[in-house]
Amino acid sequence: MTQLSVSDLSFSYPDGTEVLKQVSLAISPGERVGLLGPNGAGKTTFVLHLNGILRASSGTISLGGMTLSDQTLREIRRRVGLVFQDPDDQLFMPTVFADVAFGPANFGFPPEQVEHRVKSALESVGEWHLADRAPHHLSGGERRKVAIATVLASDSELLVLDEPTSNLDPAGRRELVALLSLLPTTQLIVTHDLPFVFELCPRSIIMDGGRVVADGPTGELLSNRQLLAAHRLELPFGFDPTNIAPR
Amino acid sequence: MSGGHAHALHFHGHSPIHRLPAAVKLVGLLAFVLAVVATPAGAVWAFSGYTVILMVLLVLSEVPARFFLTRLAIDLPFIAFALLLPFVGEGPRVELGPFAVSAAGLLGAWNLIAKATLSAGASVLLAATTEVPDILAGLSRLRVPAVLVAIASFMIRYLEVVAGEFRRTRIAMAARGYKPRSALDWKPVAVSAGALFIRSFERGERVYQAMLARGYDGNWRTGAHEPITRSQWLAGLLPGIVAATIMLASRLL
Repeated sequence: MTQLSVSDLSFSYPDGTEVLKQVSLAISPGERVGLLGPNGAGKTTFVLHLNGILRASSGTISLGGMTLSDQTLREIRRRVGLVFQDPDDQLFMPTVFADVAFGPANFGFPPEQVEHRVKSALESVGEWHLADRAPHHLSGGERRKVAIATVLASDSELLVLDEPTSNLDPAGRRELVALLSLLPTTQLIVTHDLPFVFELCPRSIIMDGGRVVADGPTGELLSNRQLLAAHRLELPFGFDPTNIAPR
Repeated sequence: MSGGHAHALHFHGHSPIHRLPAAVKLVGLLAFVLAVVATPAGAVWAFSGYTVILMVLLVLSEVPARFFLTRLAIDLPFIAFALLLPFVGEGPRVELGPFAVSAAGLLGAWNLIAKATLSAGASVLLAATTEVPDILAGLSRLRVPAVLVAIASFMIRYLEVVAGEFRRTRIAMAARGYKPRSALDWKPVAVSAGALFIRSFERGERVYQAMLARGYDGNWRTGAHEPITRSQWLAGLLPGIVAATIMLASRLL
């Protein structure tokens, strides 16, 4: 059974620049998958296709058997929870509560359910006490967790995180690892933070130049120095995946 | 800035005035300000009445007088302008200490100072006792079009973000020795303002994508409002009603 299935997805900008070239991949329910690649590989563009914010020139995307089209757009957007790279883009309402409530309210949940969902989403990231705060008064780690809560509140089945570790301090990063490893939702983590992916994702996909260039167990991919070097990916100094037992 | 209680104008508290629904306070403020500006300048006793109302509210709100007065300083530019009026005004002169000043200008100055200060005072009191999100919710409850409320809310949300970007740009310029001496040196400032505009525009696009991702379809959905009781309306509008009565009396007498 597959949860997310993407086949032959291509996308070009109006000026003709090809950003995605026949991308195909499949993710099973409950999987946590890393999407790696250098800057400009097309990762963010790809992610914006998953819930139809950008529409492909060709190819199909389906989620739990439902194919993305104008008719299913709304339902797909509810099922795919996108966490943007900069939480200041994601958190646009005056309070944390109102922000987490934005999704469920739009997806038509009745008001009393919205409140319940906001509470349980914020509790599941451990930040219910921030409900009345203004987003711009939160720390980086708090913002990141609240941003994740904004998509959990709509019962997303696939969580897509774009560069979740950017601008986090080491403790915030560790808390994020702990949080994501406990969430049962299927996750696609877009990043070039290789140790982060190694810690969280048994499987990874490498994307470069708009194509999928590798797909396999994270440990194997990260041990392949030639592969990493060919796609401008680098392990931090002293980090050797062959010496560390994956989780 | 204290904890999450956002803006510099707000004084955290639990007084009866803090607890009144924002929508009621907004209507009350509007009634009070309208009454003040509709009062003839010569009715000095009416302005004393308004001042008493404002002082009673201030005491009830438990906002310290010092906090209130420093925020009221926003009024100063108007006062400075008003103080010029007696000297530049035309018509018959009256003796005022060593100066002979225009009688009409003097009345105009008094009119401006009294009305601006009372209105600003009432607004400062609203801001001191009401959180920004509550003011926004109050506006939407008063059927202000959702798009306008949303624009105001985005402005408040992103003001600090954009100000932060501007601050970093200025530091980066200063770090590389930029120190404007003449008007000609202002070019980098203009260029960086343009860059800031582009960056904000791009952020707007990303925010819109984030809204779409969470199901935004052009309809702004606001949450349910807690009902406002009749006694809350009455309590909140009382100062406005008293002020309106004073205003009517001042116009009729």
